Amino acid sequence: MFRTKSLVAEIIRLVILLFAVSLLAFILITSAPIDPLTSYIGTESTLSPEARQEIASHWGLNDPLPQRFFTWLGNLFQGDMGMSITYKKPVAQVIGERFSMSIVLMLIAWVLSGIIGFLLGMACGKHENSVFDRIIKTIFLGLKSAPTYWLGLIILTVFAVLLGWFPIGMASPIGKAAEDVTIADRIYHLILPAFTLTIVSMGDVILYTRQKYIDIAKSDYVLYAKTRGETDRQITKRHILRNIALPAITLQFASFSELFGGMALAENVFSYPGIGTATTAAALNADVPLLLGISLVSAIFVFSGNLIANILYGVFDPRIREGKAHA
Amino acid sequence: MHKYHKKSRLLNRRVVLLITMIIAAVYLVGVFIWGCCLSEDAYGINFNEKFLAPSPEHWFGTDNLGRDMFFRSIKGLSISMIIGLISVGISSVIAIVMGILSAVFGGWVDKVVNFAIDLCMGLPHLVLLILISFMMGKGVMGITIAAAVTHWPSMTRMIRQEVLQVRNSQYVLAAYKMGRSRWQVAVKHIIPHILPVYFIGATLLFPHCIMHESAVTFLGFGLPKELPAIGVILSEAMTHIVTGKWWLAVFPGLMLLIAVIFFDLIGEGLKNLLNPQTGNE
Repeated sequence: MFRTKSLVAEIIRLVILLFAVSLLAFILITSAPIDPLTSYIGTESTLSPEARQEIASHWGLNDPLPQRFFTWLGNLFQGDMGMSITYKKPVAQVIGERFSMSIVLMLIAWVLSGIIGFLLGMACGKHENSVFDRIIKTIFLGLKSAPTYWLGLIILTVFAVLLGWFPIGMASPIGKAAEDVTIADRIYHLILPAFTLTIVSMGDVILYTRQKYIDIAKSDYVLYAKTRGETDRQITKRHILRNIALPAITLQFASFSELFGGMALAENVFSYPGIGTATTAAALNADVPLLLGISLVSAIFVFSGNLIANILYGVFDPRIREGKAHA
Repeated sequence: MHKYHKKSRLLNRRVVLLITMIIAAVYLVGVFIWGCCLSEDAYGINFNEKFLAPSPEHWFGTDNLGRDMFFRSIKGLSISMIIGLISVGISSVIAIVMGILSAVFGGWVDKVVNFAIDLCMGLPHLVLLILISFMMGKGVMGITIAAAVTHWPSMTRMIRQEVLQVRNSQYVLAAYKMGRSRWQVAVKHIIPHILPVYFIGATLLFPHCIMHESAVTFLGFGLPKELPAIGVILSEAMTHIVTGKWWLAVFPGLMLLIAVIFFDLIGEGLKNLLNPQTGNE
């Protein structure tokens, strides 16, 4: 009972926050020194001032800011996010297409970095200060500090330009009609961006898991387990794995914000047609409706990650669950 | 413990740490001053020397306009550092004020601060930076303000935590009992306690600011194309990478990477030195 109550409270808090974030994004974008009308009709338009005025009032550009926000919000709930100036398509459609491309990329990188990172972290923790541990630690401490887009450029140079194993960019071969693109093509073009995003996201998981492993291995209860005669295998399975797995998974969910940022940079380097390249295109072309839509979607994305992380923490961790029930 | 006894007595970990920190500081300050004093001729356009590979004359090679990449990188890094300094300064002041306010006053102030933190972290950081930069009409001003007003949340949390700890300590409770006002306690007891945390936090914030600045610049929303910023250099490099001009991307990025690692090193080093448990080894 207590659990459902705190869960509902958490969801309500997030909904309020989401509303505030979209308001913030709306204020930021609409106060930009760019006239949406000019960016829509182009600077060389011969439209008369009267006609401009008419369009402006038709779009509600002259209304006060709060009213404009609620008009936008109202249309949003009816599924109308406006027209994208850059792509000449409804924003909802652009985001749908683009986001499905990005989701594949992010999902691959997220799952791979989680699993490989966790295993590597465990291995490093088990053999603390061994040569293997030191090499992995140094590499990923370095990678953590490396700019994502620079890493992408280096990977692009090595694997696509110097070795020629992979295509330079895009999601499918250039000059091939959309219906001819095979799954194999897509995977082939996905490998490098996914690889970049994976190794960028992996550092945190590895270092976290490693440190946690070392801390737990030194704890009293593991010492006691040893004196009871449990084997290494049993200790790992019963004590270490159980204690690390949940915080590590939570960490992965809470990293959605960085994942999105890394994805945007990686997509721009590899000119992968996902939401990241759409973001830069929208901001460069002053495509206000699309920019607003993307901000909202990215906020929802981050929120869902945080929500899952919080739920995992509150619901599955017996200590927090018990603590709440007693309070 | 036995592990450390084996090592030479001449250089204990503290001395080694100090030496690496000094090397890092010399590198960073050196690049900064050199970059600031560098005249524009050093990386001027020279069409006779287009696309030269790295050589003793041009350490990092030259680009499509014959500009020396080594000097451009130095200049770029120093520009990044100036922006980093400004944004860290502003962000850390916001963080210290908000952190202390929320911890000392608690109640609704705490709630407001926490809400502001959640709000700031609600959008992906990169998207927020782009939006603010977009609002400010891009350029130097836009990216500096964007970096300055988005880097405080994590540090605010850190300072808030620290203040909460001091607030419940014996000597602070005693000060309240002796009739000191909240303001007096804040100035006399709390600020001296959190200053080390503040400096460590600010140092560790620096690489974040620089990285974000260069990323936003790389995407085209930060520093203008005329400035030799690392982000600009790398986005130019992207157009030449297909033809195998690898040095345009590798070295400038490496300079940035080293700077970021050195900043982290100094921050972590300060943390170890200022922490009494590890500082007296």
